Amino acid sequence: MTKQAANWSPYDNNGGSCVAIAGIDYCVIAADTRMSTGYSILTREYSKICKLADKSLMASSGFQADVKALQKLLAARHLIYQHQHNKQMSCPAMAQLLSNTLYYKRFFPYYSFNVLGGLDTEGKGCVYTYDAVGSYERVGYGCQGSGSTLIMPFLDNQLKSPSPLLLPAQDAVTPLSEAEAVDLVKTCFASATERDIYTGDKLEIVVLNADGIRREYMELRRD
Amino acid sequence: MKLDLSGLESTVPHFGTSDGLSHGFPTAPSFDLPITGDFDGFQKEAIQMVKPAKGTTTLAFIFKEGVMVAADSRASMGGYISSQSVKKIIEINPHMLGTMAGGAADCQFWHRNLGIKCRLHELANKRRISVTGASKLLANILYSYRGMGLSVGTMIAGWDETGPGLYYVDSEGGRLKGTRFSVGSGSPYAYGVLDSGYRFDMSVEEAAELARRSIYHATFRDGASGGVASVYHVGPNGWTKMSGDDVGELHYKYYPVTPSTVEQEMGEVSGA
Repeated sequence: MTKQAANWSPYDNNGGSCVAIAGIDYCVIAADTRMSTGYSILTREYSKICKLADKSLMASSGFQADVKALQKLLAARHLIYQHQHNKQMSCPAMAQLLSNTLYYKRFFPYYSFNVLGGLDTEGKGCVYTYDAVGSYERVGYGCQGSGSTLIMPFLDNQLKSPSPLLLPAQDAVTPLSEAEAVDLVKTCFASATERDIYTGDKLEIVVLNADGIRREYMELRRD
Repeated sequence: MKLDLSGLESTVPHFGTSDGLSHGFPTAPSFDLPITGDFDGFQKEAIQMVKPAKGTTTLAFIFKEGVMVAADSRASMGGYISSQSVKKIIEINPHMLGTMAGGAADCQFWHRNLGIKCRLHELANKRRISVTGASKLLANILYSYRGMGLSVGTMIAGWDETGPGLYYVDSEGGRLKGTRFSVGSGSPYAYGVLDSGYRFDMSVEEAAELARRSIYHATFRDGASGGVASVYHVGPNGWTKMSGDDVGELHYKYYPVTPSTVEQEMGEVSGA
């Protein structure tokens, strides 16, 4: 009997793009709200951004079922942490928890490309970027998803900050103001929507600063 | 297949794990494995899809004053550069460094795990672990996952009671003691510069410059290497970071552009 190749894959790609920018005392996290499969649009109003803790938000693109499972797991682990330590998890701690959670599924990965954004213990903006199996690093800005190859060069051009590996060390956080960073994000998505079929419909922007969390929406092309 | 799952044990004490609190959470450490008859085929496809970050140049060598460790900072996913600022030299403890080559997540996770094990060794035995011991711990873990698709090519460098130590450990289960290693896609280029310039009795500054130049030349010729060349020195009192230079700037430092005199200058065309 001839060997039959697997014709069912447990994975699917629901498309979409996510961006996060770290500022001096704020963090901007944005993602489009289109969810697709193949050439079809499943919905135009799906939020890819999830609040994991008071000071941490995660935006994920890829396979949304895996993203949902990941969000549930992290929320449950955060709840246990709060019960054990009587405080919210800091963003750097959540970043490492996400890395370990992703790696625990090293041999059956979460098909989830994440960007974690928030405020660190000193109140400065921080963004962590991940690959699908958990390797992470702290950066000044990051983007993931189907439009990332279009958006990243633009962010590099506008925000390129000195590498944290340089000696003598130079600060990686962007000198932009909060309003300028939000404008920049809107520009990114307007451009990405033009050339990426999986990005569009609506843009959800979440701004995290010392005063709390603020949400904003912008219409994108629906074609 | 008996896997060494000690790497997954949670160090947080779980009080009352047998009650409903941890229902649905794994109480015994385990990696989720896909239920499939064709594990290898599944891994091949999964890895194609997730395209973990790899491609690199790292090197380390022992000389009179200790161990010199250097690496680039580029991570590539297929042909896309996913990051120019990856930390490839991992600080296991103040006296030991590990380098990262291969899958970034694999290296990060297992080096962090090795750091935990080294600390537990210190607490249990009231003395720092040797480089031999640390490299053996890592090699044993990687051997037990042999054939499952991990990609790790690392060097463990440190200074213990027997002096400077350097081991190469990889995900095939290999572990080699040596004085000069370079690992990664850019290693052939780095070896060329390193081997021709190496002398045992170099000063710290000379050795740092040799390491920096080797990484620079590898980033020049290898597309998967680039970013910032970091150089670390491990001495009897632990490691120190010697330098971190952008390789683009190093190019113009080694090969400065000399303005040449213009022989014939094109004049303006009058009218059309």
